[in-house]
Amino acid sequence: MDMALQSVPVPGVARDREQRNRTLRRFRIGDRTFRILTQGSAIAVLVLLAGVMLSLVHGSLPAWKAFGLDFFTSQSWNPVTEKFGAAPAIYGTLLTSFLAMLIGVPVSLGIAIFLTEICPERLRRPIGIAVELLAGIPSIIYGIWGLFVFAPWFQVHVQPLLIDAFANIPILNQLFAGPPYGIGMLTAGLILAIMVLPFITSITREVFETVPPVLKEAAYGIGCTRWEVMRRVVIPYTRVGIVGGVMLGLGRALGETMAVTFVIGNAHRIVTSILAPGTTISATIANEFTEAVGDLYTSSLVALGLILFFITFIVLAAARLMLMRIEKKAGS
Amino acid sequence: MVVAKADGRYAGRQRRNFIATALSIGAAGFGLAWLFLILTVLVIKGVGGLNLAVFTEMTPPPGGTGGLLNAIVGSLILTILAVLFGTPLGILAGTYMAEYGRYSKLTTLVRFINDILLSAPSIVVGLFVYEIMVAQMGHFSAWAGAVALAMIVIPVVVRTTEDMLLLVPNTLREASTALGLPRSLVIRHVAYRAARAGMITGVLLAVARITGETAPLLFTALNNQFFSWNLNAPMSSLPVVIFQFALSPYEDWQQLAWTGALLITVTVLGLSILARSLASKKVPL
Repeated sequence: MDMALQSVPVPGVARDREQRNRTLRRFRIGDRTFRILTQGSAIAVLVLLAGVMLSLVHGSLPAWKAFGLDFFTSQSWNPVTEKFGAAPAIYGTLLTSFLAMLIGVPVSLGIAIFLTEICPERLRRPIGIAVELLAGIPSIIYGIWGLFVFAPWFQVHVQPLLIDAFANIPILNQLFAGPPYGIGMLTAGLILAIMVLPFITSITREVFETVPPVLKEAAYGIGCTRWEVMRRVVIPYTRVGIVGGVMLGLGRALGETMAVTFVIGNAHRIVTSILAPGTTISATIANEFTEAVGDLYTSSLVALGLILFFITFIVLAAARLMLMRIEKKAGS
Repeated sequence: MVVAKADGRYAGRQRRNFIATALSIGAAGFGLAWLFLILTVLVIKGVGGLNLAVFTEMTPPPGGTGGLLNAIVGSLILTILAVLFGTPLGILAGTYMAEYGRYSKLTTLVRFINDILLSAPSIVVGLFVYEIMVAQMGHFSAWAGAVALAMIVIPVVVRTTEDMLLLVPNTLREASTALGLPRSLVIRHVAYRAARAGMITGVLLAVARITGETAPLLFTALNNQFFSWNLNAPMSSLPVVIFQFALSPYEDWQQLAWTGALLITVTVLGLSILARSLASKKVPL
C-alpha cells in the first residue's frame, strides 16, 4: 500500500508541474493580450478624433481651394452659380448660441442655487432628476415642439409685444424689427437656452458642492444672508468651475442641430433683427447635405462642418481645462 | 440715528436676499415648466395617433395611412449594432484608464479628448462617417448609420466605465492578487463584477443617447420607405422618419411624427430613469 502510493506520485508531480507551467504561461499570454487590447482601445479613442479632423480637412479641400479665406466672409450661398460663403451660417451659429447663453446662464445658476441652498432636502433629488431629464429629451423633440407649438404661440403673443415695445428706442428697434415670423434667431436661441439648462445646472451644482462647508458656515456665522453667502463666498470660490460649466453648455449650443433646424427658418443672410429667420452651420448641413449635387457644394458643407468642429473643440477644451482646475482645487 | 441707518441697511440686505431667493425659485419653476409643457404636448398630440397599426404597418406613401413598423425595427437594428460596435471598445479603453494606466500621460490625454467627444456635435460625426464609409462605398447603408451611432456610444461608455472602475476599492484587487490571480483575471472577475451595475448604467445611458439621435443618421443610414433587413442598403429609423414627416404638408404624416416622437421620448426617458436608479453615483449628462 505504502509502496504503491510512493511510486505513483512521481510522474504525477512532474505532470502537475508541467500543468502549472502551462497555466502560468497561459496567464502571462492572457495578461499581455488583455493589456495590449485595452491600451489599443484607449489609443483608438485618440485615433477617432484625429480621424474626424483629417477626414473633414480632406473633404473640405476643394472648397478651400476654390474660395480660400473668402469662405469666411462671403455672404453668398448659391448652389446654381456654385458660390459659397460661410458668413451667414457662422453668424447664425454664434448669435443663437449667444442668445441661448444670455437666457440660459442666469436661469441655470438660479436653479443650481435653488437646488443647493433653498430646496428642502427631500425634494432635491426629484427636482434635480427632473431638470436632468430635460437633457434626456432628444433634440428632434425640441424641434417639432418648437415648430408646431412654441413658434406659433411666440408669434402671436410675444413677438408683436417686443416689436411694439422697442419700436421707438434706437438700436433696439433694429434688433426687434420686422414682421413676427414665429420662427427665427430668437426662437432658436430660446429653445437652445432650455436645452443647455440641464448641462450648466448640473455642472454648477457639482462645483457648488466643492465649497468647504466651513467657509459657508463662517459667513453665515458673521450674519451674512443666504444671498450674500452665495454672492461673496460660493460664487467667487467656484468661479472657474462655473465658467467651465457655461462653456460646456456653449459647446452644446453651438453644435446643436435638429432643434435649431426646425425653427431657424434656413435663410442664408445676415440681418440685424433677431426676430428674422437665419441659419446656423449645423442646420445648413442637416438641410442641404443629402441634396447637395456637385463636389464643390458637398465640399463647402464639409468645410462648414470643419469650422463648427474647430469652434466647438476650442470651447469644449477650454471648458474641460477650467473644470480640471476646480477638480484639483477640490481634491487638494 | 445710527441705529436707524443700520436698521435700514439690514432691511435692504434682507430685501435683496428675498429677491434673490424668489428669483432662484422662479428659475427652478421656469425650468420645470418647460419639461412639463413639452411632455404634456407630446402626450396630447401623440396619444391620438397611437393604435395597433403604428406597430404593424409600414410608413405610408404621401397622403396615405400606415404605421411606423419599418422605422421602429430600423431603429432597433441600428441601436443594437451601434451598441455591439461601440461598447467593447469603450469598456476596454475605460479599463485601461482605470486599471493599467491610472496615472499615465496617455490616460490624461484620452480622458481629455474623450470628454470633448462626449459633447462634440453629432452632425460632425455624421459628416465623418459619410466621408469614410458612404463616399467610399458609393451608397448610403445601415452599416454606416450603425458606425455613426457607435461613435456616440464610445465616449459615454469610456467615461462611465472609467468612473465606475475607479470606485472599486483597491483592497478587492489586492486580495485577489494575493490569492495568485493574474492582473487580467483580477480585472475581469473581480473589478468588472464589482462595477457591473455602473457599467450597465453606462450602456443604458448610451442607448438613451442614440435612440433620439437624428443628425448623424441623415446622411449615413438615410431613410427607407420599405421594410429592410439589408444592412448594406439605406435603413429607416424613427428619428429620421419624424424629421421627414413632421416637415411634410400631409396630416397623416404629421400625426405619425407626433406618435413617433412620443414613442421615442417615452423610451429615452424610461431608459435614463432606469440608468439613474441603477447608478450609485451621479451619472454624466
